Amino acid sequence: MKITRTALLASVAAAILTAATSAASAQAQVARTLEQVKSRGFISCGSNPGLAGFGMPDDKGTWAGLDVDLCRAVSAAIFNDPNKVKFIPLTAKDRFTALQTGEIDVLARNGTWTQSREAELGLLWTGINYYDGQGFMVRKKLNVSSALELSGASICVQQGTTTELNLADYFRSNNMKYEVVAFATSNEAVKAYDSGRCDAYTTDASGLYAERLKLVNADEHVVLPEVISKEPLGPSVRQGDDQWFNIVKWAHYAMLNAEELGVTKANLDEKLKSPNPEVRRLLGAEGDFGKALGLTPDWAYRIVQHVGNYGESFNRNVGEGSRLKIKRGLNNLWNKGGLQFAPPVR
Amino acid sequence: MSDASQVQPPRTPFLRAETLRAAAWQALMLALIGWLAWSAFDNAVENMRARGVPTDFSFWNRPSGFDINQTLVQYSSSGSTYGRAFVVGLLNTLLVAAFGVLFATVLGFAIGVARLSGNWIVARLATIYVEVIRNTPLLLQLLFWYNAVLKPLPGPRQSLALPAGAWVNNRGLFLPEPMFGPGAEWALAALGAGIAGTIALRLWSARRRAATGVGAPVLWPSLALVIGLPLLVFALAGAPLTWSFPELRGFNFQGGVRVFPEFVALLLGLSLYTAAFIAEIVRAGIVSVSRGQTEAASALGLTRGLSLRLVVVPQAMRVIVPPLTNQYLNLTKNSSLAVFIGYPDLVQVFAGTVLNQTGAAVQVISITMAVYLALSLLTSAAMNLFNRRFALQER
Repeated sequence: MKITRTALLASVAAAILTAATSAASAQAQVARTLEQVKSRGFISCGSNPGLAGFGMPDDKGTWAGLDVDLCRAVSAAIFNDPNKVKFIPLTAKDRFTALQTGEIDVLARNGTWTQSREAELGLLWTGINYYDGQGFMVRKKLNVSSALELSGASICVQQGTTTELNLADYFRSNNMKYEVVAFATSNEAVKAYDSGRCDAYTTDASGLYAERLKLVNADEHVVLPEVISKEPLGPSVRQGDDQWFNIVKWAHYAMLNAEELGVTKANLDEKLKSPNPEVRRLLGAEGDFGKALGLTPDWAYRIVQHVGNYGESFNRNVGEGSRLKIKRGLNNLWNKGGLQFAPPVR
Repeated sequence: MSDASQVQPPRTPFLRAETLRAAAWQALMLALIGWLAWSAFDNAVENMRARGVPTDFSFWNRPSGFDINQTLVQYSSSGSTYGRAFVVGLLNTLLVAAFGVLFATVLGFAIGVARLSGNWIVARLATIYVEVIRNTPLLLQLLFWYNAVLKPLPGPRQSLALPAGAWVNNRGLFLPEPMFGPGAEWALAALGAGIAGTIALRLWSARRRAATGVGAPVLWPSLALVIGLPLLVFALAGAPLTWSFPELRGFNFQGGVRVFPEFVALLLGLSLYTAAFIAEIVRAGIVSVSRGQTEAASALGLTRGLSLRLVVVPQAMRVIVPPLTNQYLNLTKNSSLAVFIGYPDLVQVFAGTVLNQTGAAVQVISITMAVYLALSLLTSAAMNLFNRRFALQER
């Protein structure tokens, strides 16, 4: 009797000690995402479960999309391999919790950058990889030509999004009534809209183009001209790890700088011999700009080699080379009339 | 001899006394568990602070900014708080759970009895129902019902007219809403008085039956009290009732009472699913009453109906009620699958949108868990009280 009691006590004490030490080490790990990623051998990337052009597995199960490419760029910079990424599909309402708790290292899931998401949720946006705005899609046969004619309409939306909030704001500020039908995933929201439960479906304009492809008769639906919000979409990371924040941020900027400097997947090795100092610094032929990030000198070279520059990624996933055929618009480079502007590598 | 019997066992020193040691071990154990719980809590709070995640409940009184379609209480995106959204979600959960329990019980009893029917077809159909429903996932059934409810219904402009000014379309069922004028409260009071009178009448009748062997007629006076009296008072008050009929205005019907398709689909799915389990419980309960009981009842000259009511069912209920409680709890907890078909229940509104917007994951999930725990404990307590009526009376 006594022996078992002692044994029990000892095991409890051991369990407590283990719990306490693991808790302590969990605290210590907060700051070192890069080392964790390296020892684990892959990046955990929170992804959209299925948004064409941004994050979606293709028919062979390979993930593709603009957001997916960003995670692949980070993977290429660290591992010299774009496939050391584990994509974790997340619904809109679960995504931030997954990032906060450390289940994922980076969230690249067309998330809108807002003040409260940084200040209250403890996250940081590393940049904007897609400038977007919220729009509405309706059936052509409703004969609605403006969102202002939607008073009294039923509107399907994905819950846990800025979309849900902008919708409330827009209808309130225009003194219109509406009925919101909120679903956990965009897939269900679109299905409900398609089955006639709602008069309109609302999400970011890029999402509208992507989701329209899922409808039974895509041609019977039209996107209304109003864009009712600013939706700066971009990847986010946890606060408290500046090195990791910088890596994700500069993976995007490397792709932008490559496009601006005319460096593509195809002419990469040619450009390595370029006399242009900016190109040489970017590709690691001059200086060692990767070291301070905890990476190798050829970090940006690897990104372009495996993923391509921003323009290539855009074109392949959402632009002319894709089914979405979205124009560059605001997402063109700053010197071509858009807003994409990357700080220089130097 | 006498000496030996009076020898006292040696007095145990205080520190080695069995009771003290036992208590000390217990206290130590408790302290360790307490410390473990506290350090887990402290560690969580510490880590949440380090990550900039909110650790308090201050979000409760902040404006919510999002809308909900089905609200049983006043709610708007502009003026309501997250706390109010919680109340809306909770009430929606309670609404679907209450109706679900009611429908599942009625349907479950009917099917349970049907499985024992002498009619081959009825019994087989009931068996097929139970086997099909019990052996497919509930989520799949919910999605099926949602589409089965939505798909065949027309849009608002081609709505189907139902009798008495009601309409149905793929936005829901629109019923005329009774609008009571002044004086209606007297009819309500009369209804209350009628119900109280009926209860008193029944008690008095039972007492008289126990004393004299002859009860008083109960059924007709009860109906007169519960239905006749309020109607009479209502007519005397000048029938202060108007109906608000739903009308097609703009995109949809306005006015009247609206039953949302999400609610119907969820209710249908939960009721049908749980009814299959209840049917099996009812069947088991009835089978558990031995045949001798029925035979004895008919030997006493009880009719078939009376022997069922007085002999079989009370004994079957002993077996039925405890597992029935489980099914009620399951139904309530399963209602959280509402999130997949867009019904704004507690999980969808509070553990979904509110959690996402505030980032207070630990707080929101704790509250949600506490709510389901409280609901389950309350249901259990109520069912235990109910069970006492049927349990064996041990004297």
